[in-house]
Amino acid sequence: MKVAKRSAIGSHLLLAVISAAMMYPVLWWFGAVFKPIEEMSSANLIPLRPTLKNFTEGWNAITHYSFGVFFGNTLALSATLVAVSVVSCSLVAFGFARMNFPLRNFWFSIVLLTLMLPNQVTIVPQYVLFDSFRWIDTYWPFVIPHALAGGIGGSFFIFLFVQFIRGIPKELDEAAKMDGCGSFKIYSRIIVPLLVPAIVTVSIFCFLWNWDDFFGHMIYLQSVGKFTVGQALKLFVDSQSAAPWGQLFAMSLLSIVPGTVLFFFTQRYLVEGIATTGLKG
Amino acid sequence: MRRRNKHDLSMAGYLYIAPWLAGFLLLTVWPMMQSVYFSFTNYSLLEPAQWIGLRNYRQIFTEDTSFVHSLKATTLFVFLSVPLKLATALLIAIVLNRKLKGMHFYRTVIYFPSLIGASVAVAILWNNVFGVHGLVNQLLSYLHIEGKNWIGMPETALGTLIVLAVWQFGSSMVIFLAGLKQIPGEFYEAAAVDGAGKLRTFFQVTLPLLSPIILFNLVLQTIGSFQMFTQAFIITKGGPVESTYMYALLLFDKAFAHFQMGYASALAWILLAIIAAVTALIFATAKAWVHYETDGR
Repeated sequence: MKVAKRSAIGSHLLLAVISAAMMYPVLWWFGAVFKPIEEMSSANLIPLRPTLKNFTEGWNAITHYSFGVFFGNTLALSATLVAVSVVSCSLVAFGFARMNFPLRNFWFSIVLLTLMLPNQVTIVPQYVLFDSFRWIDTYWPFVIPHALAGGIGGSFFIFLFVQFIRGIPKELDEAAKMDGCGSFKIYSRIIVPLLVPAIVTVSIFCFLWNWDDFFGHMIYLQSVGKFTVGQALKLFVDSQSAAPWGQLFAMSLLSIVPGTVLFFFTQRYLVEGIATTGLKG
Repeated sequence: MRRRNKHDLSMAGYLYIAPWLAGFLLLTVWPMMQSVYFSFTNYSLLEPAQWIGLRNYRQIFTEDTSFVHSLKATTLFVFLSVPLKLATALLIAIVLNRKLKGMHFYRTVIYFPSLIGASVAVAILWNNVFGVHGLVNQLLSYLHIEGKNWIGMPETALGTLIVLAVWQFGSSMVIFLAGLKQIPGEFYEAAAVDGAGKLRTFFQVTLPLLSPIILFNLVLQTIGSFQMFTQAFIITKGGPVESTYMYALLLFDKAFAHFQMGYASALAWILLAIIAAVTALIFATAKAWVHYETDGR
């Protein structure tokens, strides 16, 4: 018993040291956004003379557009993609999990295969395709693939929904069928309400991954007025010869706020979602 | 009657998967077929494609020094960051798996870097932290160690990216943690009865029972690491002297800076072949080290 207690203290010590070391750069970052320029290279976590100047000046650092525009763009884009993905992927998953049709297993194994397909293979021809549709510098190259249960994480979301639907007792469907419900009613009245935890998990990952889809944003969005936050930050870095670190840090910090807030409100679902399905991050 | 019913069912099923099927055919299969064709042409988006046979591939393998550099940087990155990341994740998961108070808090804190790590914001932070006047050098100066230009030197630039990757071990750890919870307590009790020490229990009980999850994490992280882009693009820009010129960066430059779509398509197929080969290799060795409970061993 005594030994167990002592090793528990040891574990706490180890975890505390590791957590502190991992969080140190982040905590330093939180402090740095309130530091005046003279204090920027200090390793102190807490600013000696705190200021809000980094936020007020950083917000309008890019000519003609405030960061409000970029936040608006990214938020609207990510929210749209979440809505569209949840609907399309859950419908497809319902088909795979509950309907019987020829080649079903074959198509589902293709879904699993595309999970591992690096998107570098399709990015060039997709760009050519979207270019021929005149979709460059619009949001369609993001919306349409997600509406077709594809895009970032599409196959994964289908897989996650299928796993979840398989866990819902089939008797519920049978009972509804007896009451004269068609398959779409079973989907909308029975499955969707029970699917809420999976919908939350999918929504958060879809939001986070699209918020951070810097590569996609960079190749498809070209006019500054349509830029996402990530692109705006990159533009900010490039537009200055000597990086105004305080302002850059302040805007960078704001850019991770939406994802972080979402995470903390829903982290119980999230960690379980990752744990039950296994997931990149 | 019965047959018609069955027929109706099959049509209805296809109705549900139709969006995915349409997307798969239009946005995956068709582009992939086109990509094969492009890779044998000099297509540049500005001018129509001309068939040039194997010239792109020949050029990549025999003339393109950037290809060699990017292959070296990417391979080094994958082979160093993935094992380091997984080992750290496993170690911490084992410590966290003990029923400790505040475990929830630690788990959240350790997962947090994985949550934000892919963002441009963190790449900018890293750029400063490892810069000449950055946090790392500041801390070293307290210990009277002379700092370095970590990002600006070819010997250390890749290291900063590896540290960033390993820093995000939280998502692998969460998966390990879930796996550890699945291991029935009887196994540990049996090991204790046999008088096995901690180390032996780890190697003879925990590791074999966790091996399917290790395989899963290994494949996932390896595939993902081969495609690393954002951090290298922002922190090191592929430099210095192409020491961090990740494969995805090379592909991006060829396709979207020089519009050499044919050449970039050939590069993409080579990347796919490499990833497929490495994944196949992992699965081939898996027979030797992955233990499935249904084996009855």
